[in-house]
Amino acid sequence: MTTARNPRDSTSSSGHADRSGLDGPLSEALVRTRRYFTKGTVSEDLRTLTKRGGRQADDFYRDRWSHDKVVRSTHGVNCTGSCSWKVYVKDGIITWETQQTDYPSVGPDSPEYEPRGCPRGAAFSWYTYSPTRVRYPYVRGVLLQMFREGKSQHDGDPVRAWEHIVENPQRAKAYKSARGKGGLVRATWEEACEIVAAAHVHTIKKYGPDRVAGFSPIPAMSMVSHASGARFVNLVGGSMLSFYDWYADLPVASPQVFGDQTDVPESGDWWNAGYLIMWGSNLPVTRTPDAHWMTEARYRGQKVIAVAPDYADNVKFADEWLPARPGTDGALAMAMGHVVLKEFFVDRQTPYFTEYVKTYTDLPYLVKLDDAGDGAFTAGKFLTAADLASAGAAQENAAFKTVLIDARTGEPVVPNGSLGHRFGDAGIGRWNLELGDVDPQLSLLEGAEETVLVQMPRFDTADGAAADLPRGVPVRRVNGHLVTTVFDLLLAQYGVGRDGLPGQWARGYDDADAPYTPAWQEVITGVRASTAARIGREFAANAEESRGRSMIVMGAGTNHWFHSDTIYRAFLTLTNLTGCQGVNGGGWAHYVGQEKVRPITGYTQIANALDWSRPPRNMIQTAFWYLHTNQFRYDQFGADTLAATTGKGQLAGKSTADVIAQSARMGWMPSYPTFDRNPLDLADDAAAAGKPVGAYVVEQLKSGELDFAGEDPDAPQNYPRILSIWRANLLGSSGKGNEYFLKHLLGTDSSIRATETPEDQRPVDVTWRDEAPEGKLDLLMTIDFRQTSTTIFSDVVLPAATWYEKHDLNTTDMHPFVHSFNPAIAPPWQTRTDWDAWQSIAAKFSELAATHLGVRKDVVAVPLTHDTADAMANPHGVVRDWKMGECEPIPGVTMPKLVEVERDYGAIAEKMNALGPLVDTLGATTKGVTFELGKEVDYLRRKNGAVRGGVADGRPSLKKDVNVCEAILAMSGTTNGHLATQGFKTLEKRTGVRLADLAEEHEGKQITFADTQGPPVPVITSPEWSGSETGGRRYSPFTINVERRKPWHTLTGRMHFYLDHDWMTELGEGLPVYRPPLNMAALFSEPSLGNVSNGAGAAEVEGLTVRYLTPHNKWSIHSEYQDNLFMLSLSRGGQNIWMSDRDAAKVGIQDNDWIEAVNRNGVVVARAIVSHRMPEGTVYMYHAQDRLIDVPIAETSGKRGGIHNSLTRILVKPSHVIGGYAQLTFAFNYLGPTGNQRDEVTVIRKRSQNVEY
Amino acid sequence: MRVMAQMAMVMNLDKCIGCHTCSVTCKQAWTNRTGTEYIWFNNVETRPGLGYPRTYEDQEKWKGGWELNKRGRLVLKGGGRFKKLFNIFSNPKLPSIGEYYEPWTYDYSTLTDAPAQEHTPVARPKSLISGKDMKIEWSANWDDDLGGSTATAHRDPMLKKISDKVKFEFKQTFMFYLPRICEHCLNPSCAASCPSGAIYKRVEDGIVLVDQDKCRGWRMCVSGCPYKKIYFNHKTGKAEKCTFCFPRIEVGLPTVCSETCVGRLRYIGLMLYDADKVLEAAAVEDDHGLYEAQREVFLDPFDPDVMREAEKAGIARDWIDAAQRSPIYALINTYKVALPLHPEYRTMPMVWYIPPLSPVVDVVQETGEDAEDKGNLFAAIDALRIPIEYLAELFTAGDVGPVDAVLKKLAAMRCYMRDINMGRDPDGTIPAAVGMSEEEMYDMYRLLAIAKYDERY
Repeated sequence: MTTARNPRDSTSSSGHADRSGLDGPLSEALVRTRRYFTKGTVSEDLRTLTKRGGRQADDFYRDRWSHDKVVRSTHGVNCTGSCSWKVYVKDGIITWETQQTDYPSVGPDSPEYEPRGCPRGAAFSWYTYSPTRVRYPYVRGVLLQMFREGKSQHDGDPVRAWEHIVENPQRAKAYKSARGKGGLVRATWEEACEIVAAAHVHTIKKYGPDRVAGFSPIPAMSMVSHASGARFVNLVGGSMLSFYDWYADLPVASPQVFGDQTDVPESGDWWNAGYLIMWGSNLPVTRTPDAHWMTEARYRGQKVIAVAPDYADNVKFADEWLPARPGTDGALAMAMGHVVLKEFFVDRQTPYFTEYVKTYTDLPYLVKLDDAGDGAFTAGKFLTAADLASAGAAQENAAFKTVLIDARTGEPVVPNGSLGHRFGDAGIGRWNLELGDVDPQLSLLEGAEETVLVQMPRFDTADGAAADLPRGVPVRRVNGHLVTTVFDLLLAQYGVGRDGLPGQWARGYDDADAPYTPAWQEVITGVRASTAARIGREFAANAEESRGRSMIVMGAGTNHWFHSDTIYRAFLTLTNLTGCQGVNGGGWAHYVGQEKVRPITGYTQIANALDWSRPPRNMIQTAFWYLHTNQFRYDQFGADTLAATTGKGQLAGKSTADVIAQSARMGWMPSYPTFDRNPLDLADDAAAAGKPVGAYVVEQLKSGELDFAGEDPDAPQNYPRILSIWRANLLGSSGKGNEYFLKHLLGTDSSIRATETPEDQRPVDVTWRDEAPEGKLDLLMTIDFRQTSTTIFSDVVLPAATWYEKHDLNTTDMHPFVHSFNPAIAPPWQTRTDWDAWQSIAAKFSELAATHLGVRKDVVAVPLTHDTADAMANPHGVVRDWKMGECEPIPGVTMPKLVEVERDYGAIAEKMNALGPLVDTLGATTKGVTFELGKEVDYLRRKNGAVRGGVADGRPSLKKDVNVCEAILAMSGTTNGHLATQGFKTLEKRTGVRLADLAEEHEGKQITFADTQGPPVPVITSPEWSGSETGGRRYSPFTINVERRKPWHTLTGRMHFYLDHDWMTELGEGLPVYRPPLNMAALFSEPSLGNVSNGAGAAEVEGLTVRYLTPHNKWSIHSEYQDNLFMLSLSRGGQNIWMSDRDAAKVGIQDNDWIEAVNRNGVVVARAIVSHRMPEGTVYMYHAQDRLIDVPIAETSGKRGGIHNSLTRILVKPSHVIGGYAQLTFAFNYLGPTGNQRDEVTVIRKRSQNVEY
Repeated sequence: MRVMAQMAMVMNLDKCIGCHTCSVTCKQAWTNRTGTEYIWFNNVETRPGLGYPRTYEDQEKWKGGWELNKRGRLVLKGGGRFKKLFNIFSNPKLPSIGEYYEPWTYDYSTLTDAPAQEHTPVARPKSLISGKDMKIEWSANWDDDLGGSTATAHRDPMLKKISDKVKFEFKQTFMFYLPRICEHCLNPSCAASCPSGAIYKRVEDGIVLVDQDKCRGWRMCVSGCPYKKIYFNHKTGKAEKCTFCFPRIEVGLPTVCSETCVGRLRYIGLMLYDADKVLEAAAVEDDHGLYEAQREVFLDPFDPDVMREAEKAGIARDWIDAAQRSPIYALINTYKVALPLHPEYRTMPMVWYIPPLSPVVDVVQETGEDAEDKGNLFAAIDALRIPIEYLAELFTAGDVGPVDAVLKKLAAMRCYMRDINMGRDPDGTIPAAVGMSEEEMYDMYRLLAIAKYDERY
């Protein structure tokens, strides 16, 4: 190469034409002299200098790149990424991280999962040594001082010291009112654990174990760390709080339609779709490591549509952008459904679709019509075998066997596979979707002798007020019952007319007055009618041609609304009509906090401590905080405000708190604290009375001597007293109604501006106390590695090891692998892993509890539970409230089950550390399939070693986090092929269909922790989930249901369009329907959207009223990383609110101005980002920016500005607390009220640009 | 023919999700230290936008790169070298720290240490330059996701020429992301600007480096680089720049930014070029000819003459093999879908880009009944939201022809593959319409979509 030349050889001429020479001759001569003084080679044409690599001048960069080791780990944050990372270590210091690229291949004709990661994860190592790291245990100074005083005054007894503080109102107020205002002081682990343990012992003794609560979300991301505290809380009898529903990530439509929590395709399956709609899901931001599958699938000829109110990051990739107004997505989907029904079901038959809906959905099933008077009817209950002539009615579980007409014979038949076949002896081998010779009749129109008008509910007025429309359906009579099919009702609901049917129907797609036409939706969504129709048509046409490969990726933009379940049901109508569920490349792809603990069975045993005691107390967090942060005291409307005109008034006169209380006492939803008496004392009282607890409690409830705690949440004996938080930031992230938390739960300063509920709106069954409590919580304890809004408000803060400092397991549903956390360095300073921290607490607790508590009996109230025969407690979903005298209180039927559990409080630590005996004797049950674990326990005893002495003598050890990893992997079907096969064989007996072959290829495979320390390991197809990975295919949910005809866990065993529970009917949501966002002006007297006020009006805040949305942030994963200097440098360095240029102009706001956002719930101070990519009338405050970074004092309140959730509050939808009926039966994180927050509005005003801190 | 080898990169902007993972992994690895707080060897810009440092593309202001003088000779735009020597102590063409951004941190320890007080503790921003409290007015990525802004549009050099095409209106919004590293130019103006001779191209792979021992901190390179990809370390007083991760490249690993790119949009490969042709190509009179001229500098690694000459020039056989397997060669010369960034700077940049497709504008949807034809699920190129003129300003000195050709190839690939995806017979007329065979189109699809690790690097 050129170095071979001697530069002196070529001084004369560049060899090029003058024209392309450099500069002029003079400078050329000057520069040429350089060639004599350099060791490098000046190019012949004098442009540049070349040198060979490897010179000493490079040393700096070579040295910078060198490292001692690379350790595999990942990030246990609340994110579905589940990305495997390389952590670089030099001289014992973590330097940085880059992604692993060694994922097993997806195959030669597909992109791969490498490299997974995002900028947030790439910035994680910053935390290790950052000044926000929690390095030592901290206690609030004023509390620590009182504790030490108390101890010295009470013979050194920590329990009495705690009592000394919390039972004295002045002392309690002194430390509670200091929360969040600095003054944390260092403590030792010993002393901090002593405080925490003493608080637990005192609380359990005086108030009961269900007054202890624990919160840690999303186990999939670090399941051992989650299980650490959960295991402790469950062993002592505390309540673990749900998260999926609380985060509003649970799509309630999923249990409603599928009878399943959520099951979704891995991102690699997007590749298989022919048509993809991204609906309210900003993939590049919220699914960063997966987004490439979408960009790449486009090259395979996939058409991509983006529905988003703003020009979001993902819109760039779409072929078309449908900017539907926020919260109106349901209207667009309903109109698309209208087009699909008309063009693919009515105008012509589409064989693939027709066959699909007949086999896999409830569309052919019969529904009874109720006479509503005046010749009109309303849709009623499913016709069941119980309604048939006596022979049918006599069969087992007849009320849970649904009926359809066989088109061949015209006779009603009871197909296999409904809920009634799932339980009981007669159903063995018949719980399947095999139809045999039966041809389900979809519509009764052909040859119909009779039609009737059915009142279809509607809510499409601007304020969401209810109305109805008469539309005809064909009917017939079965055993005296007037019936039609779900399909006929669906066409009536969607307004798709057919010849011969009476009623008001759409004149055509351009009929803007008739729901749910394309023209009708244009008025609501702003999306052109022709576009809505065309996209709906394209979606279905693609599904027809590809046999179901049309997919909707749906996100928080559509799932975080009050009425999200109706939005989702309109989406699922599209995928389910077009045969897309259970098909690779098709169906719903709900990606909102939907993390999948793939080794679910093993994890559940450990976290719920089911190996030692059953059942656990699992609480719905939304209802918990609705009551205990006293948000129920600020409601301005009753539960019946949401009712349809077609309902019977079942919610009339009730407040939301009343509805929650009713749900709890009927055993629908859990409620902890449960009773207004310590459940330990209750067990003693029952024993003293010489009665079984069930009988005793029923008697006490009936006599009124015992009440539910939720019916008087402000009575001091009914508060939750202790809250432990780890792996979470409740007060900086998920706490809707943040200011209510600060005031009522914590008893410190807040910026609430709302007024309390007027007298006529107050609860009737739930007690209203004149004085709202402040500071209900005695102890807020947080374990974290960084300072957050939760730590700085905590009484005790314990320093956690980070994700690069411990062992753990990580899975997601975005990819099919399990992989590990490993320590790159030992936990530095005084940090401890979560497992270690909770062991420390448990040890101290056991020591104190041995004398203060001893062995006690505990009465646990358990709600009716999904995937058990409890789902048959309430035939036809008829509400029966024993308190109203509608029935007798019968535990496990009309009220919660009551179970007595023994708690050996001195042995909690010993139990933490060992796998208990109940897994041997009772096995482990997941979704109705019980696994026998005898062999696995033996294996674990040998693998982990056995514990010696104490209550756990001879049991497998769980002393170390690695032991727990092994136990989770060994006890789950997805990671242990023996168990997967065993589970399928069990399921084969009930279903009578072949299943075990799905896991046969991996029957001998057992994944160990050591395996996960290598490249990510693919999991095994297991009955724990609904999809198949057999043969290396991509995971898509419900493929086992579709391909093997295994029923869904619903009433009919099919996917449901129709829901016949009383309260669903009451809300007018029996069928998919459009419900607009809540009208906050009407409900809470907020100013109307678009209102510009100068502040002169009474009580009005100056500024512009806009819709207030809190989408997921590009620069954080919830509150994690928003404080990270890299992320702050790449964004705008602090809290901000995005708004449109048009809105900004209305109130004189410029880009980067300081602004305030004010509503009745609180005040936020932020800087404005002004952009035309934002739609007029809506602002975004990206989620969880916390309050710790550059947040000044608010002008409006004189206090520190709030967080994004300072402007939100909890709003509970009554239908979310339905339970005890078919798929509408409670399971933890499966069903429950959502912590939705999108319907909110705020006033935006420009504030003084001089800010103070 | 004087064969030289050059490591080069192509980024497929059509796949870039704007996540900035590349920026963070690069910064953590290379510039996470005192003196380099504001330095991002790799950054990602939302376009339209002012970029980093602000308005760096305004060469009328910054005078970076080369230009042709009246005699058609290539001169540094910042003035001949003779002039530079006399300007050495007062360089007026240097972006201020404000034009990058004033780096900051926060007093995080307050959160832990705050004594009992009236309000919740908060961490305030502190300048990393002065140590004082500050209001944050600009950052490393201030433009993020704005899609341009009326607040800054008047300063956007890219919009000056095509202001009639860009309306900052909700319904016309468009944006895309532009990740940038050093271009490792064939004709680097930074090197030519350095009075100390401290900037050199590595003979073996063309990576442009600053000799840290020889750099005297004159900062002429900062001015001379039109991409503003040389930075001044205010602690060491020396210039620093993207090194193309040479310690990794030397052991067969891709650059950090490439390997960590979760959009899987970066390709790295070797290019052979004729060093004797560089100056001539850089001095082509018409700006619109520069793209083609640079392509012609590249040598066909399969050409026996080239292979022979390369061997003579001391290029090892496995390097020739690498040049033959190079995805860069395929994207630039075989499929011709990659384009240089700002060829009009005449530095012969070696980080090229595939321009992005974008959604159609509403007005086309309105008349879009044609889109119902199964063969035409995808919109016409002239209906895309990103004005083709804007892309041409970036990649072809304003010549829309080559950009149009690339976008048509991408759209044709999607159409062609859709038939295969849906199980229909493939339609050979689709690739033919953009001058490609079916096999070529399928191979291009595999390189762009399947994009396995071993084929990207």
